[in-house]
Formats: sequence, C-alpha cells, structure tokens
Amino acid sequence: MNFLFFILAVVLAPLLPGIVNQTKAFFAGRRGPGFFRLYFDLWKLLRKSCPRSTTSTWLFDLAPAISLAATLVAGMIFPWTLDTATTLSGISAVLFFYLLGTGRFFTVLGALDTGSAFEGMGASREVQFSALVEPIVFVILGFLVLATGQTSLAGLLAGYDAGAWAHHSISLVLAVLAFFAVLLSECCRVPFDDPETHLELTMIHEAMILDNAGPDLAFILYGAAFKMMLLAAFLVALLLPALPLAAPAKAALLLASTLGVAVLVGIVESVIARMRFLKTPQVLSGALMVAILATLLFVLF
Amino acid sequence: MTSLAEILLALFLLTNLILAGTGRLPQAIRLVAAQGWLVGLLPLVLWSWPTAGTPPLRVWLVALVNALVKGVLLPSLLAYAVRKVQAKRELEPLVSFRLSQIIVFALCVASFVFGKCLHIAEAIASELAIPVAFATMGTGLFLICSRRKAITQVLGFLVFENGITVFGSGILMEYGLVVELGILLDVFVLVFVLGIAIFQINRTFSSLDTDRLNQLGDVHLLHPHHHRHA
Repeated sequence: MNFLFFILAVVLAPLLPGIVNQTKAFFAGRRGPGFFRLYFDLWKLLRKSCPRSTTSTWLFDLAPAISLAATLVAGMIFPWTLDTATTLSGISAVLFFYLLGTGRFFTVLGALDTGSAFEGMGASREVQFSALVEPIVFVILGFLVLATGQTSLAGLLAGYDAGAWAHHSISLVLAVLAFFAVLLSECCRVPFDDPETHLELTMIHEAMILDNAGPDLAFILYGAAFKMMLLAAFLVALLLPALPLAAPAKAALLLASTLGVAVLVGIVESVIARMRFLKTPQVLSGALMVAILATLLFVLF
Repeated sequence: MTSLAEILLALFLLTNLILAGTGRLPQAIRLVAAQGWLVGLLPLVLWSWPTAGTPPLRVWLVALVNALVKGVLLPSLLAYAVRKVQAKRELEPLVSFRLSQIIVFALCVASFVFGKCLHIAEAIASELAIPVAFATMGTGLFLICSRRKAITQVLGFLVFENGITVFGSGILMEYGLVVELGILLDVFVLVFVLGIAIFQINRTFSSLDTDRLNQLGDVHLLHPHHHRHA
C-alpha cells in the first residue's frame, strides 16, 4: 500500500515546480510555462546524449545517479499512509534526513569534481546553508519525539492524537513555521536562493549543475522536484493530527496537500524578494530559535 | 478559544524576534503596528465566550481603541516621521542585529522559565500570557537600550507598552482595561512629543543619533558639520 503511494508521489513530483511557477506567473499576470513543463523538460533531456568534461572523473559521472537514488530511497521509507502499522515502522527519522543529506553530498562532490570556480562557489554555499538548516531539522525532530514518544519516522509523523494536537497547537505552529524555512532553504527557493537567476554569481544550487547536461541534468532536476515533494509531505504530516481516516484517504490527503504547499511556496516567492546572501544565516538562526521556542513551550506549558 | 489566544501570543514572540533582527525602519514600524492589532484583539480572544456570553461594551471599546491607536495612529505617525527625516535604516546599532536576536531569544526563554515559576495559573486567562508579556517588555527595554536612532527607541517604548497591555489583559483585571485606556493616553502623548523631538533633533543636527547628544557642548554647536555623518 505504502509503495503504491510512493509510486504516485514519484509520478506527481515534477508537478510541484510547475505549480510554483504557475502561481508566480498568476501573481505576475503572465500565462506561465504550464503545470507540466518539467515533465516535457525531463523527457527532452532524457533523450539527449550526455557530454561530459574530459577533465572530470567517475565521481562527476556517478554523482547525479547516486544523488537521485538516495532521494528516491528516502521517498521509499517515507510513511505516505501516515500509519505506524506498516513494514516501515522501525525506520529512524534520522535515516530519512541523512539519505537526503547523502544526495546533497554527492551533488556537491560532483560539482567540486569539475574544478569550475563557479561550481565550487555554489557547492560551498549549498553546504553552508545545509549546515545551518540541520540544527533546525534536529530540534524539530526532538520536538516530535517529545510530542509523540516515538523515534521511528512513521511513529513521529502519525503519533499525536487530536486532543494533544489542540492543546499544543502553538508549539506546532512554531515548529511548522521553522520547518517551512527549512523547506525553502533545502529546495533552493526564494528568499534563500532564486532558481530563476541567470547570473552565476547569485546562483547556489544552479551553479553546482552548470556542467551537467542530458540525462544527468534530468536526474538532478527530478531529484530536486522529488526532494521538494518529500519535504512538503513532511511539513504536512507535521501539521496533521491523527485522523480517523482509512490509510488510502490519508495518503491521498497528504499528496494533495503537498500541491497546496507548492502554491504556498509560489505565493511566498511572489511577495518577497531574495535575501542578501549575508542575511541568510541570520534568518536561518532565527528559524532555529523559533524551533527551540516551540520545543520549550511544549516542555514547559 | 485558548488555543487561538495562544497562537496570537506566539505571534508576539515571532514579531519580537523579527523586530530584534531588522534594521529597516519601515519594516520595524509595520511589525509594531502588527503588535498593536494583536494587542487590540487579545482581550476579545481571551474573553471566555462560552461562560460569560458576549463581552460588555467597554471590552469592545477598549479593543477598538487599542487597535486603532497602536495599530494605525501611532505607526502612521512614526511612518510620517521616518518619511519626513528620510531615515530608512538603523545603521549602527550598539549591539549587532544577530546578537540582538539571540539576546531577545534568551529573554524569551528566561521569561518562560520565570513565568513557569510564578504559579499564578488559576488567576490568568492563558498560561502563556505572563511569559509573553515579560518577553515583550524585555524586548522593548532592550531595543531602547541597544539602538541609537530616536525612532527605534520610540518603537522599543511602544513594544514595552504592548508587553504591559498583554500582562493586563492576560491576568484579566476587573478594571484593567479601563486603566489601560489611561495609560494609552499617556503613551499617545509621549509618542507625539517624541515625534516632535525627532523632528527637532533632525532639524538641528541632521542626525538622529541620540548617542551624539551626549557630546553636546558649545564647541559642537559652533561647528554643526561635526554631526553631519549619519
């Protein structure tokens, strides 16, 4: 059952960037590239040949595939049905985030392997941001462990009942806000990074993949879309209490809500500008403080 | 109802944190205006609707006056002052923005612990009101101490006053709201006077740096361009 919804998530993932872009286009009064743009792009890229630099090594060749594989495995262990009674019940939440981390690690290695100055710069920024994001993720995981009394990923995301949910709604709101900052930063969205920039100096994620083409680029683009799907699903699961619904209904609700998260991301991108690069650590440390406040409020009140 | 009030109180904490980290005066003024609206809504949200029925007229009135004065009137007065003196940013705070944010965060944590130790839970409408009130007051005092520009100090004073109002509506004093109206009048007059003072400081010295007022002396007045690098 869980695997079925994993497949559905895999199919739906490229829709998320499309929704973000269409939302932005709507706010800007443009027609936009359409919801299914990324599907066409991926199809186009997959049919192309894959030119690789002669100066790069096997690391560069393997990086996109490994990084996509790590992200997909993270998707496989995600409890899409929000049920504790699945085969996944023993899997720790730390594994989930470290699989995503492994994906990023290989993208960074591939970028460094090219020896391009821009890619090194992008890799450095990506790693800097993720180092700032990781404490937030772990504080939120700590909050979830306290709130649900479980340590497995499925338990964390399905654990709290509606009564506790209403009682601790304030901590939950703060934790969701902090995790939304994590999502924006991890998915390279405004205000942390601008996926539409065409200037190498301002790129972060885009700068790392300047040398990738063809199927490699398709893997990376798809991996980014699927990562957004995963983090959006985590955000929704963080917010939802235990609902008295059947497993398929919950999974459908989760997947539909991730599309809503994409709309929200699009709105955020339409109303605020990208932040100055030096300002981002302050915002991320602010998000960390919000996450800690959420945990403290839960413990004290 | 309690959870809605607690979400409003959590928004107070968020505005405090953002306020400590921002150097843009228009943004800071908007945040203080948002706090004014929250302060106005708070007595209505904290009112125990199911048991006490519709609140009496004075509660509505105080909520309305609070929201209008603190959410509209004073912020627009300050925004007018900012436009008039063309000060856009707090350029060199005494404490850096990042450190201020950490200090405000520490103030929040300290007031949580303090509020937990007070044990007056039965008298108050929401357990969170007291800690949030102390955190907001602390933020206001800290902003007054750590910023150089007169406008930001006025904002700090308003935040401090918001904290007092949260305290007042949090412990649901019988005539607390009426007393609050009196205080509001004082605050209004004070911000008005400070607004005029800002104009005067700016006109005389072409800088709003209150630190430099410490160095006032005849020599400086004879050479006004000493002050001209704000």
